[in-house]
Amino acid sequence: MNTIEKTSLATLDVGVSDATEGGADAGRRRFVGAVGAAAIVSSSSLMRPAWAQSAKLKVGVLLPRSGVQAFVGQSCQFGADVAPAVLKSLFGVDIELMNADTETNVDTARSRAERLISEGAQVLVGAFDSGASLAIAQVAEQKGVPFVINIAAAPQITEQGYKFTFRNFPTSVDLVVNGLGLARDLFLATGTAPRTAVFMHVNDTFGQANKAAIASILPKLDYLPFKLLDTIAYDPAAKDLTVEVARAKATKADFLLLVCRLNDAIILRREMVKQRWNPMGIIGPGNPGMYEAQFYAALGKLSDHCISNVPWYDPKSVVTKAIDAQMRKQFPKEKLMYHALNVGFTFESIQIVADAFKRSRSNDPKVLAEAIRQTNIASRMMLGGPIKFNAKGQVEGIASACIQNFNQRPMVVLPAASAEAKPVFPVPGYVRA
Amino acid sequence: MSFELIGNVLIAGVLSGLVYGLMALGLSVIFGVVRVVNFAHGEMMTAAMFAAVVLFNTWGIDPFMAVIPVVVVFFALGYLLQRAIINPFITRPEHSQFMLLVAVAIIMVNALLIAFGPNARNVQVDYQLESFELGPLLVDAARLYAAGAALVCSAAVFSFFRFTMTGKAIRACADNHMGAKVVGLDIRHLYALTFGLGSACVAAAGCMMVLLVDVTPQLGPAYTLMAFVIVIVGGLGSMPGALLGGILIGVSEAGAGLFITPSAKSMVSFALLVVVLLLRPQGLLGKRP
Amino acid sequence: MFSQINPRARGLLAALALLLLILPWIANNYVLSVAVLILYFAYTGQAWNVMMGFCGQLSLGHSLYVGIGGYSAAALFVHFGIGPWGGALVAVAASMLVGAIIGFLAFRFGIGGVYFALLTIAFAEFTRLGFDHWQWLGASGGFFLPVKQREFNDLLNLRGSPVMFYYVMLALATAALAFCTWLLRTRIGYYWLAIREDQQAAQALGINTFRCKMIAVLISSGMTSLAGVFFAFYYNNLFPEQIFNMGRSIEIILGPIIGGIGTLFGPILGAALLALLADGITELMAQIGIELPGIKQVFYGSCLLLVTMFLPNGVWPALARRLGLVSAPGPDPAGNTVRHPDG
Repeated sequence: MNTIEKTSLATLDVGVSDATEGGADAGRRRFVGAVGAAAIVSSSSLMRPAWAQSAKLKVGVLLPRSGVQAFVGQSCQFGADVAPAVLKSLFGVDIELMNADTETNVDTARSRAERLISEGAQVLVGAFDSGASLAIAQVAEQKGVPFVINIAAAPQITEQGYKFTFRNFPTSVDLVVNGLGLARDLFLATGTAPRTAVFMHVNDTFGQANKAAIASILPKLDYLPFKLLDTIAYDPAAKDLTVEVARAKATKADFLLLVCRLNDAIILRREMVKQRWNPMGIIGPGNPGMYEAQFYAALGKLSDHCISNVPWYDPKSVVTKAIDAQMRKQFPKEKLMYHALNVGFTFESIQIVADAFKRSRSNDPKVLAEAIRQTNIASRMMLGGPIKFNAKGQVEGIASACIQNFNQRPMVVLPAASAEAKPVFPVPGYVRA
Repeated sequence: MSFELIGNVLIAGVLSGLVYGLMALGLSVIFGVVRVVNFAHGEMMTAAMFAAVVLFNTWGIDPFMAVIPVVVVFFALGYLLQRAIINPFITRPEHSQFMLLVAVAIIMVNALLIAFGPNARNVQVDYQLESFELGPLLVDAARLYAAGAALVCSAAVFSFFRFTMTGKAIRACADNHMGAKVVGLDIRHLYALTFGLGSACVAAAGCMMVLLVDVTPQLGPAYTLMAFVIVIVGGLGSMPGALLGGILIGVSEAGAGLFITPSAKSMVSFALLVVVLLLRPQGLLGKRP
Repeated sequence: MFSQINPRARGLLAALALLLLILPWIANNYVLSVAVLILYFAYTGQAWNVMMGFCGQLSLGHSLYVGIGGYSAAALFVHFGIGPWGGALVAVAASMLVGAIIGFLAFRFGIGGVYFALLTIAFAEFTRLGFDHWQWLGASGGFFLPVKQREFNDLLNLRGSPVMFYYVMLALATAALAFCTWLLRTRIGYYWLAIREDQQAAQALGINTFRCKMIAVLISSGMTSLAGVFFAFYYNNLFPEQIFNMGRSIEIILGPIIGGIGTLFGPILGAALLALLADGITELMAQIGIELPGIKQVFYGSCLLLVTMFLPNGVWPALARRLGLVSAPGPDPAGNTVRHPDG
């Protein structure tokens, strides 16, 4: 059956932002330990102690913290919540967060964006979902206020012609190119060559974009040893994947190429065990789901060995370490690795605007937008080249890492330079304890 | 397409269908008697699923045992809801009832979001991943148990209406409202009992469902809609119709998943609904209104 | 309608009209965007009201027509370069065709009440899933309109500033109000009310109920699809999951039900009240310092519950009486026919 967002009923909503002081906690700002000090030294090119600006940068953060996407929105929010303290200590930039909940609804997203701007937000970041992000992009465009998208993969976003919308997140095409490239590396590293795969994907905006990317790219890649036996699309709101898994199993494919979200990934993994289907492995070519806290909590040992080729933080980056430390402090119950991508890109979107603010020394949205266009940030959290926008406002060259689950936690297995463990493929079959 | 594949999928469809049927039975009972369409039905089931999760995670109570306390609590809640809020609405037009229950649904979804957070929850019972081998077929253990329990619960509801005095009185109410009043039945009480019973059905279905599906606060609306489709197909107000409708939907979605693309399988349910509405608007087993 | 309301009400109406006309000069962009939203829901509510409020046919799937309207106009614009006004004609025609199919099936086979409502949901959901798989329109991946920076308001292509969109929506909402006012005074308007009150009696009087109900569906679906055209060009992107969502259908009908079903000002008042309510609650939460996702909707739902319980006919009839705006008793605005529980 299908999702009906009844929370979105509550949407004639025309929000007043629930603006809150993001980094008001004075204690937070003094957290600079050895790590922070090291970071300051290493990124001294960014540090200009003489830099003094009277005002703070007001950053409007729009995330779906209630509604259907509540769990991702709340996960992304951690990245925003730690940003003021980390940016202050690492880069000496003062920002003030103005948080707003899009309620997973485009109308709300749009009017909240308007509200934030009218309350003085000088830049906007958000909003996880492609639809909500595009609604905000309309406002940003009309007001000439820069908007940096944290997560949203629909390739068209930066193809529609927006001048004030920037995206520091790979498009589906980039995701899939990286993901499939890592699949080859994985096969090389493990000395395997699966001949066949079955491709399952969730049929929503994200899944559809990924499917299109795979359909156009896969035939061109001559280095991959496998061919697709079948493509199975399933409903994002599916509660029961019996048929889907039965069909996939019947193809007798060597491994499962899976573009999923969280809840369906959980159902699917369980269903595979029930139907006693043990392919060589599950590989996600650039999608969320199999590295999230809930995946481990719901599946326990069953979560092990699933592989996700996704953008990931560099565990060795100073920024990562600072964020990890700040998260432990602000949210002792949460672990960075379970919110990796969400926190990473949300933080980076704020880092981008803070950096532009610092370089331009201006609060003026137009000047900020110009400064964002000139962004060149090397000291970043996520793997990949420096953050630089192309003419369309898209960052290119965001790398992915091959993440495999071991002992109910995600570990980087490729690229070898950042690896925390060795990849295992084919994966051992699930044995009941 | 092999025999195994079709067989496995059909069995799963029938078994899930029985659980869906129990859920829809609650809706059907309420509509058959009180004539109010419960637009918060899926939300009530979601709440019951959360209750089962809490009982399991706190005291290790198996969902099949949790049925008892959860059903009792939901019966009481349903009784109160009808008495306090819905009763004045039974003579009001449909859109007014609809509004009321939509409001109840909004409150429930978001109260659950506040109480449990947005993450999916589930119960990790030790038979969760088991399946039985029947020759070439594989039957999911949890699904089989859940379907069995759904049958037992439905049988209990059927016998209540057939064999107890109260059950007969409720049926009398449904058949002839005026007549029931004339012979001195306490209609308010009976309506509240019925609503309680409907809630108990959906609560029991929630306890079984939690073995098959992870629960999130947002789950409700999808199941409300599914319950509607089932009862319309089976016959709004008909109890066996609800079970039949559940199985039909379960099987036809499974079949659609096999023969068409799985992502469009719900289209088949809606198509089925449209066809039934047009050819037999009272539903397969319903009486002419 | 205007004959029912007295000079005092007419004065208020004129003041409101003036306020709406000059709003872009006195309000900031945020208020303007809220106003667009209110007008949007006032318009769609008005369109839905033709079917339910006037003719008594409960549709819970009006997002279907919004979606078809939006997708038709957007598809023509993107694939064939046809502007929104030309697209609107096709959108209206397409929506009316779908409405006609649903209406024909339902009314020919004698489906009414709850069953009709569920049929409309089924069609909306069915269409949503269909669009989820329609590659030519982007399927579930979304359908995107090109965006260009314009220095001027291009009314012909619906490209421009928020102020332009505001006036477009204001014009639509005003036209809808005038159109509905006129409809109620025509012969068909009286037939509708008769059908709403008692279909069998209306039939006995020789009214062709099938034809009347079909006309109501056609008008309502056609009007609603224009909102879809607006939506497509206002947001520049369409996703089946969003636009055909059942939640959207419910948003459309909340306004008229809260405001007062079957009345002309009910949908407008309802849309405004709901927007202000949502806004007010968020403001209140921020003032108290509660930041708890979901709490806002709980309050919102509670307010809906209270209004439904204590103002069964909606806010407008009660308010109009209280303020003495209505001098003559109008038709029963709620369409309340006391229904026996036996149905």
